[in-house]
Amino acid sequence: MALRIRDLTLGYDRHPAVHHLDLDLATGSLTAIVGPNGAGKSTLLKGLTGELPPLEGRIDRGAARLAYLPQLSEVDRSFPLAVGAFVAMGLWHRVGAFGRVRGKDAMRVGEALAAVGLTGFDRRPISALSGGQMQRVMFARLLLQDAELILLDEPFTALDTKTAADLLAVVQRWHGEGRTVLAVLHDMEAVRRHFPETLLLAREKVAHGATDTVLTAENLFRARQMSEAFDDSANLCARGAA
Amino acid sequence: MSWLVDPFADFAFMQRALLGCLAISLGATPVGVFLLLRRMSLTGDAMAHAILPGAAVGYLVAGLNLGAMTLGGVMAGLVVAVLTGAVARFTSLREDASLAAFYLISLALGVLLVSLKGSNVDLMHVLFGTVLALDDAALTLLCAITTFTLVTLALIFRPLVLECADPRFLASVSRWSGPVHFLFLGLVVLNLVAGFQALGTLMAVGIMILPAAAARFWANSIGGMLAVAAAIAAASSVAGLLASFHAGLPSGPAIILAAGTLYLLSLAFGPSGSLAARYWPRAHLEA
Repeated sequence: MALRIRDLTLGYDRHPAVHHLDLDLATGSLTAIVGPNGAGKSTLLKGLTGELPPLEGRIDRGAARLAYLPQLSEVDRSFPLAVGAFVAMGLWHRVGAFGRVRGKDAMRVGEALAAVGLTGFDRRPISALSGGQMQRVMFARLLLQDAELILLDEPFTALDTKTAADLLAVVQRWHGEGRTVLAVLHDMEAVRRHFPETLLLAREKVAHGATDTVLTAENLFRARQMSEAFDDSANLCARGAA
Repeated sequence: MSWLVDPFADFAFMQRALLGCLAISLGATPVGVFLLLRRMSLTGDAMAHAILPGAAVGYLVAGLNLGAMTLGGVMAGLVVAVLTGAVARFTSLREDASLAAFYLISLALGVLLVSLKGSNVDLMHVLFGTVLALDDAALTLLCAITTFTLVTLALIFRPLVLECADPRFLASVSRWSGPVHFLFLGLVVLNLVAGFQALGTLMAVGIMILPAAAARFWANSIGGMLAVAAAIAAASSVAGLLASFHAGLPSGPAIILAAGTLYLLSLAFGPSGSLAARYWPRAHLEA
């Protein structure tokens, strides 16, 4: 088991965005998280990385190394840094703050850039990249992180078909290598075609399992019904007080 | 050429001033480059004000004593830096707002303390510096602070770059994020204290930020920026001291104005992102 979540509640200002979630992810599974806006998809990933401490419940992901691609990257694109140096920081777990990037590691940087179709970009400043190229760079860095658990928040949004297909191939390569991948997606067609498992989330878990059993008309309708409730005068959650 | 060399060859006070200024140029400019890249350029200015009450307490307790005023300045600066960083990290207030709050409190306290002792000419030295009268102790302090700064920056270089470029990533792969932030603020305080020995609290920020801002128009890499900024600061020091010697100008403002002139020239004619590069672009390539 790569991930065990028990009775997890995450939220902001005491209002839950993810409510009493139980979830088990098998090692090596490739899972899409889908749900309407405000369903708590990004919040769940933030909880898994530890960025947002839980209001309640437990997350057990063992000692697995984790890599995370946020929805809104906080990369300062005006910073004078070359693509190669930026991607090389995915090697942090190997070189740390002081180690040198050389020999095999330097080759890995080149391989990662090649895998996302950016061969020859290593000396280009990150300020000179397009949005799609920057997303390829982020994937190259994820490749180097060599993580067992990979969390992707809307990785293919605002990309052209070619770029999305290339990066999807990277995700499938991770799946083939036995890594556990969890990705927030909105493109149902892509989910049905490429993601064996799906978690349908609408603050609470609507359904989790094989994609075609989860993405039924009935489940999707139920997810839409669970509104984006942020009620200022909401009562205390009875399940939380127990 | 003699006007260029003779003042430094013939007068010991000019040699001391030059050594002091070069030490500051080497130590303060890399700190300034990172302040600039973290969009914290005005932080240096605010910090310089925050240091005042500490120096004033040192002055009140021990008179115009280098050790006491330095210690006081460093303490006040570090307290403000730590409080600011802590408020930014653990509450919803952003760093700029939290720094503004603490430095204003600190500055008011400083002005209050200074006025307790009445006006005093010595205190002008704190505000405007005494680069032409640096004694051995002050020079040793300047060089020690520069050495410490360069060694520390070399050690934390990678985490610091990452903390500036992609703080969320650094936090996800290591525990460096907090320590590197506070270490860096500590270096800012140390270099401002070093700067006020020579240039005064008001001018110390200038040698930190102006060369860094100028360097942005010359280099597209961090290494390049650090080198250009140090060179500009050193050139400004020499030019300012010479102007001060030959024309009888106050040395602190002369040095900062020299740096300011180089900044304006870079802004107009630098190869990268300057006015010239924007309005008279070089012929473009094929791909």
